Amino acid sequence: MSNLFDLLVAGLATGAIYALVAVGFTLLWQTSQTINFAQGEFVMLPAFLMLAAMHVGAPLWLAIILGILLSMILLGLAFKLLLVDPMMRHGVLPLAIATMALAIGIKEAVKQFFSAEASPFPSIVPTGDISILGHAVSLQSIGVLVVAILAVVGLTTLLNRTSLGHQMQAAAQNPTVARIIGVPVERMILLTFLINAFLVALASLLITPIYLAKFSSGEVLGQAAFIAAIVGGFNQVRGAIAGGLLIGVLDNLAASYVSTQYRAAVPLIFLIVVILFRPQGLLGRAEERTL
Amino acid sequence: MKSTLLAGALLAFATATSAYAQAIKLADVAELSGGGATVGTNWKNGIDLAIEEINAKGGVLGRKLEVTHADSQSNPGVARAQVQKALDAEPYVLLGPGYSGSVKVTAPLAAEAGITQIMGGEAAELTQAGNKFLFRTSFGQQSSMPKVAKYIHDDMKAKSVAVVWVNNDFGRGGRDVVVKELDRLGSKVVADLSTEAGQADFAADVGKIKAANPDAVFVYLNEEESARILKELKRQGVTAPLMGETTLIGQKVIELAGDAANGARGHVGLTTDAPVDLIKGFRDRFSKKYNYVPDHNGLKGYLAVYMVKATTEKMGKVDSKAFADTLHGLTIKAADEPGILMDVTFDQNGDIDRQSFLVEVVEGKQVVKQVLPKVK
Repeated sequence: MSNLFDLLVAGLATGAIYALVAVGFTLLWQTSQTINFAQGEFVMLPAFLMLAAMHVGAPLWLAIILGILLSMILLGLAFKLLLVDPMMRHGVLPLAIATMALAIGIKEAVKQFFSAEASPFPSIVPTGDISILGHAVSLQSIGVLVVAILAVVGLTTLLNRTSLGHQMQAAAQNPTVARIIGVPVERMILLTFLINAFLVALASLLITPIYLAKFSSGEVLGQAAFIAAIVGGFNQVRGAIAGGLLIGVLDNLAASYVSTQYRAAVPLIFLIVVILFRPQGLLGRAEERTL
Repeated sequence: MKSTLLAGALLAFATATSAYAQAIKLADVAELSGGGATVGTNWKNGIDLAIEEINAKGGVLGRKLEVTHADSQSNPGVARAQVQKALDAEPYVLLGPGYSGSVKVTAPLAAEAGITQIMGGEAAELTQAGNKFLFRTSFGQQSSMPKVAKYIHDDMKAKSVAVVWVNNDFGRGGRDVVVKELDRLGSKVVADLSTEAGQADFAADVGKIKAANPDAVFVYLNEEESARILKELKRQGVTAPLMGETTLIGQKVIELAGDAANGARGHVGLTTDAPVDLIKGFRDRFSKKYNYVPDHNGLKGYLAVYMVKATTEKMGKVDSKAFADTLHGLTIKAADEPGILMDVTFDQNGDIDRQSFLVEVVEGKQVVKQVLPKVK
């Protein structure tokens, strides 16, 4: 049984990171119908930006701040202005394909300018254990969970409790009416891109100490988060969170109780079942758009 | 005046061509770019250093050695094309490649041409296909794993062992031998865990190890995955001693895993940290020439050339057809040929028997704890 407890904690910690990335998927889809297939690479890149900052002599805290800011400029602002806006006019599918191209571009660029080999990445949480209910739980897992939960709570408070959040909701639900009542829709959409960039940078900071910084590490993450978003409900932030946690736990349980070879298949099978029997996702509502 | 010049030029040309004809031509195909660039570059530099030393002392049987280097781009397909090209030039001996996958596809070409191939691959199967022209420069798994199993059983006194391996040719080959040997010695394998190449998350695997509560854990993964599992083992507080091979305690793993690598032990066939004077000398000369400390691939390249020298001198002639027959069963002693660094014996399959080392990571450094003797 102690094994099950460990698996649940580890799964929740990984799942919390998937959730952060999945929430970003949902945000972009809601406000601008962007399916970002480069989302995994968006998680991989900030770690390298932080490493580059450390390489030129910045201490860890400064590198983290610089990394997050640079991510918001590159993966938020520049991504929207240079790729999403011009491609959007051609429809959802060309845009989705353009993000696939972007994913390849980012991967190859990191490989070219940094290294094809993995690099170590410092952890912001100290190593060590604390005892919970008689089980040793690693501080790293707890740190990841706490940071991810704080980020999600912060985001939902912003969306549901503040005027800015309400304007974002309005811009997502009905842009035309939102414009009529004076909501700066374009600015709200840009804001969601910046929030997405912030979330992926945070996810990068949390996952890279465990997975190591490598050009290809976004592939697994992007796929897991995409599945999480669909399973939870692509049109609900809370769906993406639930989906992320669920996929994280499922993945760990599958690796332990089914087999490591088939661990990647189990979330996919789950995805198919969800699509067949509840296409709007576990928490999603059909034909509804809300943040 | 004109005729003197012409005669001089002719003479110079004649001398040059005769020196050319006399040189012994070797061909090297190695991973000079791509994923294996570190492997191939070390291997190539080792070869160049050995050739420079040998030529400075008058060559082999009075003839200079020459080598051409070709890049396999760490790709078996390219390696095959490059080896074919190299064989067309009829070299005395073919050196490389370093990757087992590339060796596997090129060995039949060299065998068909009747040219001896001295390579860096370590997969067990390479020397089990009955190829009479293929020789290793380092241990194959069938030589190293019995030493590993013996150490786990005799020195670690482990009655129960968890075995974690990567599910590819390399991992499966090593796992099969070590599990068989552990079983023979009486250490029980309580967890037999296969993992995937490139796997990022080892929480579930380490959870299983923890549940099995073994006396020792044998880890047989590639470098990056080794680093990830070391971190996860530390994260989940697994305290059982860890044993592996070069891939568990290599410099890259130590860099990636940081503190988590401390205490991990590994069996190493070749290391430049070995407490052997001849190896220390090699390390110094190599570092002086190339400005960096070589890894075991630098040693392998160096040894390959000295294998050519020792075998040729044993034959007393440069005969590429008789080369492989001579090297089979040959023991080369470091006392007779210092370039071979340690006494070595080649068996009928081209496998190697040599002393090896037990290395432990202590505060981020590899420390040689024990010298393990030759098997026979």
